[in-house]
Amino acid sequence: MSTTTMRTGAGTRPARRTSTLKRSQTIAPWVMLAPFLAVFALTFLIPIVYAVGQSLTTVRRQGLFGEDGVETVFAGFGNYVLAFTNDSFLASIGRMLLFGIVQVPVMIIMATVLALMLESASAKWPQFFRAAYFVPYGVPGVIATILWGFLYIPGLSPIIDIGRLVGLELDFLGPTTVLWSIANIVTWTYTGYNMLIIIAQLKSIPGDIYEAARIDGAGAWRIARSIQLPLIRPALVLASVFSIIGTLQLFAEPQVLAASSPSIDSEYTPNLSAYTAAFAYNDYGVAAAQAVIIALAAFILSFAFLGLVNRKPQEERMALRQRKAALRAFRAGTTTTSTTTGTTTRQGSDS
Amino acid sequence: MSIRSEEKARTSQIERDETAAAAGAAAKMRRPSKLDGSKTTESSRRSRIIVTAILAVLGIYFLVPVYYVVVAATKTTADLFSTNGFLFANMNLIENLQLVFTFNGGIFIRWFMNSILYAGVGAVIATYLAAAGGFALAKYSFRGSNIVFGTILGGVLVPGTATALPLFLLFSSMGIANTYWAVLIPSLVSPFGLFLCRIYAKASVDDSVIESARLDGASEMRIFHTLGLRAMTPALVTVFLFQLVGIWNNFFLPLIMLADENLYPITLGLNNWRSQVDRLPEFYQLTTGGVLVSIIPLIVAMIVLQKFWRGGLTDGAVKG
Repeated sequence: MSTTTMRTGAGTRPARRTSTLKRSQTIAPWVMLAPFLAVFALTFLIPIVYAVGQSLTTVRRQGLFGEDGVETVFAGFGNYVLAFTNDSFLASIGRMLLFGIVQVPVMIIMATVLALMLESASAKWPQFFRAAYFVPYGVPGVIATILWGFLYIPGLSPIIDIGRLVGLELDFLGPTTVLWSIANIVTWTYTGYNMLIIIAQLKSIPGDIYEAARIDGAGAWRIARSIQLPLIRPALVLASVFSIIGTLQLFAEPQVLAASSPSIDSEYTPNLSAYTAAFAYNDYGVAAAQAVIIALAAFILSFAFLGLVNRKPQEERMALRQRKAALRAFRAGTTTTSTTTGTTTRQGSDS
Repeated sequence: MSIRSEEKARTSQIERDETAAAAGAAAKMRRPSKLDGSKTTESSRRSRIIVTAILAVLGIYFLVPVYYVVVAATKTTADLFSTNGFLFANMNLIENLQLVFTFNGGIFIRWFMNSILYAGVGAVIATYLAAAGGFALAKYSFRGSNIVFGTILGGVLVPGTATALPLFLLFSSMGIANTYWAVLIPSLVSPFGLFLCRIYAKASVDDSVIESARLDGASEMRIFHTLGLRAMTPALVTVFLFQLVGIWNNFFLPLIMLADENLYPITLGLNNWRSQVDRLPEFYQLTTGGVLVSIIPLIVAMIVLQKFWRGGLTDGAVKG
């Protein structure tokens, strides 16, 4: 029944379009977009192209000390080979993967639990706690690191003093612990922010869903598990993707903490490595190659994560496979399956 | 009518994906009724105590560093090392703050003003540009809009630090590295902001209202400036705050771009002081005092902002 109305709707469409689409309406969106696109091109597109170009060149010095001038020559993937055969750079990538595998889930789970607790009736003074948890987000990473740094440095840190009182020798800046000390700073800064994103999504759940669940006799646990968690999934996915990208960019925390911890070298994170290559060694080719690798890694990891969480459930995949098989059969010319194709398609798009 | 429903069906998939981002932005707020609010049994009281205890412990975790710096800022460098960090000793706060504000000809104030300039101006312009772009992509169908949107969306995923390095090389060749422009220009663009504005404009700016404004003879730019901006206000507040915090907290970009101490934002300046404590112990007093002064406005801003996050993001309802 809806097919007829739809068809007439589609039929009248071109006529309506041409009558309303005035010249000004084709120019206006570009006028509105122009300033954004201009800055976007200058600060995103051109630097990316520039970085890719730079990563493919190398500077060759003429003469023993470069006294006969320097020339820039095409190096192919030489800089990428250099980056990937550099043990410290590889180690820094491995370190960030380890960091991300531990820190991101810890932070997201903590943010989720806090959000659920604050939105439950069991919490007292939820406004106060929400504000308290969100405060660190406003503290810049550098300043957060200076703050926590004071709490990590022996002689300054009251935490180490307290630990000593109960017989614990705490070392926050040692070779094995400093990575987790950094993780703590990042968790401290961003948990409240992620919690707020999750709370916003929790608030978008219509009240009648809760009511229905309660009428069915569901308790707080059951509601959290069966209603709230599935419905806040998009927020969790978004928060995770941004956290993964953030992990790869880690720079300020290790850079500032390096002053107090000899365990952090100048190539501790991929970003620190690129910074060192560019400004300590003046090797812009390798630095650019590392920047490109970081960006690509962010892309690949983000999409891999999205692919992982958006993988269709078992039955849906079955339906899809069925639909594909039916389509193939249809193309082969079997008329009997053509009707099945129609129904499976509809099922596929409904679910 | 039917065109609408057809388009709706087509865009619903996209919209569903976008709600992820809209979670922070444009979720419709219907009061979540408190769970089990009516029950006041023994078990619910016990769970109330447990939950509140957990929340309080985590509250201590999040506030301890702030408390520590409040205490530390009141101490001399000698006391900082000889007394317990969580306990007050001799009150030296006034002297420390005097030192912070007068050191090196009052450079701290200059850093603070620089941060306000970078973050304030950057965030206002970035919000306006994102609003205009988002409105254009949401409310006009034109050739190339998908490519433009896809490219910008890719920009959301590009780590800011990956572009900072080539941007420095580019700005150096343009002769604007180590100037205010070097930090300000990259702050003017927010792909995520445009993304949020597009979602919001799609949901909150009514096509029929635009159509009738056109019939009344309003130009397209006027429609955007009067109808569009007003309808998008809650989203604009969000984008502004996001960008403000982002610029204020940025460290990598100014670190790479700026060599002149007079152009430093507060983050870079305090790090500069911090890095000198090993040579000159009095920099401890400067660092703790400076950190305290710099985070007070941030804490106030976060507490105010947190309300906006709740109200602003969720008030302007999305029509289903």
